[in-house]
Amino acid sequence: MTDDLFSLLSPDGVLSDAANASVDLRGMFSDMVMSRRVDTEAIALQRQGELGLWPSMLGQEAAQVGAGRALNPRDVAFPTYREHGVAWCRGVDPVSLLGLFRGTTLGGWDPTANNFNLYTLVIGAQTLHAVGYAMGIVRDGDVGTGDPERDRAVLVFLGDGALSEGETNEAFVWAAAQNLPIVFFCQNNQWAISAPYSVQSRVPVAQRAQGFGFRGVRVDGNDVVASHAVTVEALEQARAGNGPTLIEAFTYRRNPHTTSDDDGRYREGAMTDDWTTLDPIERLRTYLTTIGTDEDFFAEVASQETELSERLRAGCRALPDPEPASSFLHTYAEMPADLERQMNDHLEYVAAGEADPA
Amino acid sequence: MSTAIAHALNEGLRSVMEEDDKVLLIGEDIGRLGGVFRVTDGLQKDFGEQRVVDAPLGEAGIVGSAIGLAMAGYRPVCEIQFDGFVFPAMNQIITQLAKYRHRSEGRVSLPVVIRIPVGGGIGAIEHHSESPEAYFAHTAGLRVVSPSSAQEAYDLIRASVRSDDPVVFLEPKHNYWLKGEIDRSAAPAPIGTAKVVRPGDDLTLVTYGALVPTAVKVAAAAAEDGRSVEVIDLRSLSPIDDATIFASVERTGRLVVAHEASQTAGLGSEIVARVQDELFYSLEAPAIRVTGYDTPYPPSRLEGDWLPGLDRILDAIDRSFTY
Ligand SMILES: Cc1ncc(C[n+]2csc(CCOP(=O)(O)OP(=O)(O)O)c2C)c(N)n1
Ligand SMILES: [Mg+2]
Repeated sequence: MTDDLFSLLSPDGVLSDAANASVDLRGMFSDMVMSRRVDTEAIALQRQGELGLWPSMLGQEAAQVGAGRALNPRDVAFPTYREHGVAWCRGVDPVSLLGLFRGTTLGGWDPTANNFNLYTLVIGAQTLHAVGYAMGIVRDGDVGTGDPERDRAVLVFLGDGALSEGETNEAFVWAAAQNLPIVFFCQNNQWAISAPYSVQSRVPVAQRAQGFGFRGVRVDGNDVVASHAVTVEALEQARAGNGPTLIEAFTYRRNPHTTSDDDGRYREGAMTDDWTTLDPIERLRTYLTTIGTDEDFFAEVASQETELSERLRAGCRALPDPEPASSFLHTYAEMPADLERQMNDHLEYVAAGEADPA
Repeated sequence: MSTAIAHALNEGLRSVMEEDDKVLLIGEDIGRLGGVFRVTDGLQKDFGEQRVVDAPLGEAGIVGSAIGLAMAGYRPVCEIQFDGFVFPAMNQIITQLAKYRHRSEGRVSLPVVIRIPVGGGIGAIEHHSESPEAYFAHTAGLRVVSPSSAQEAYDLIRASVRSDDPVVFLEPKHNYWLKGEIDRSAAPAPIGTAKVVRPGDDLTLVTYGALVPTAVKVAAAAAEDGRSVEVIDLRSLSPIDDATIFASVERTGRLVVAHEASQTAGLGSEIVARVQDELFYSLEAPAIRVTGYDTPYPPSRLEGDWLPGLDRILDAIDRSFTY
């Protein structure tokens, strides 16, 4: 099933001549290592009871970093809940990713600051938001001007399971009908919790775009160079006014769905082992080593990793608990009088509880 | 031997599947995984993939196809993975499922059950702690029930599957592992009835689902202050069993209604309105609602204070007695 995948960096670390010679392979390597570190550290924090839950992205670093690095600053990304590597590439403080899973916030970062929208837990919902945002870009006239400072596009992430939601299919219809500047980036990690992709569809993800009337591309999602190349190309097409693309990054969810999941109930460990040998970071390390990359580079990345770990651990524990008033304050633009009365009752109740913790 | 609510549901489903081969289950991850709360554990293995269907990831598809199956003579039991994920199915539930009997002038029944884990207090991320019952109770044509114990779970799921009306079956996820004895031989109460779980004389406390065990604790605490609280488990959120509530409030003269869902246009408002309508002269005090606030469900660090618990319900009881 993997033979029709577009790839540039083979599993044993050989780079194709077709690869763009100017891409920053060291940067890609570092981003993958660092985002894996965010993931590993978050899992550890969950085990220690500091987080309620964590959806791991282990094995999906190449897809995410490839896609994330293809974005221009003015492009806008709409993630699911697993896009920790994309968040990293967008410059979102990784500590702020933890709040949602620690229960201190329902968001955690300013979605407008880095053009990285909030995580969306409701499967498929963000695909339509991305469509609407792309419609806005069209109306702003920021498509097809040929000015690289002006043209922009939307990159929306979704999983293989999300393809079955009606809303995702409506998003495909809208994007195609209006020829929108949007790229759908589907990480086909082959599982939607316990459901293998065969529960969702009989054809490869990328093939589904055809029926809606736009391009579909299938790429080795464990190959960061190829994932980057196809996303760059698709975003360029979108910015130029040539409409949507669906990218299928074929990869594998190596960890359970989340830290709460027990994947031993529904899948064999052997398949996970096979995918471990296809590790996206190791193949780039092999290539970089082959071309004689300085040991100092790897040492520098390792020391940044250590720093990041410390920052995450300390940062997580320091995430402030939300103020009891916060839910009330942010529900409406202006608080209705009846809600204000509820808030005051609540604050009084909380204060009394603090005064008398019995 | 005592049984957890999740296991009682499993056993109840198994028994109706054995009795009626038209019963089948549809939901995300309900087969090999047995559902994220394991309520359907082992059922696919024993009844096969035709009767325990791992659905593609789409709630409209789950409910919409259950409607078609019901038209074809089956009795589908849908599982929605979490409260916050039922909304893609709302169109099918409200515009189709609830109305089809009415539209067909009583000719066609749609015996579909929609099981949904509901409620908070489990430290979850957003969309995993909500209480959407009012949306369903507001929709004519649906029955809405919620069990509070292993016995109720076993009885209610069996009765719901046998119901010729569509049933929205709300499972208080906080109490899935709460254990209790089950009497499997007793004839279950008909769907649509409330239950007095603790008799009392001075005040009526009405609640349902996860708050029922809390209400029983409230009553015990109030008893220490010399107040005799009668606890009513609604069990059926639609229709509401007025008779049981009225009979109680007529004696006690005081009413507190508690639920996790937000206050405005919630079940509590409906019950309070009915009681003042019928029993105005029997009331010694205004009826009081203790509910979640009119905000989105908060981040889990705040849920302990946001949810109505023992203290807030006791406060409300105190307030009632100031009149
Ligand atoms: C509307 C909706 N239904 C169900 C769920 C529960 N759920 C959370 S993740 C998930 C599987 C998603 O699979 P996929 O789209 O492949 O993304 P992945 O988790 O593999 O990244 C499900 C069913 C949900 N979050 N939203
Ligand atoms: Mg998936």
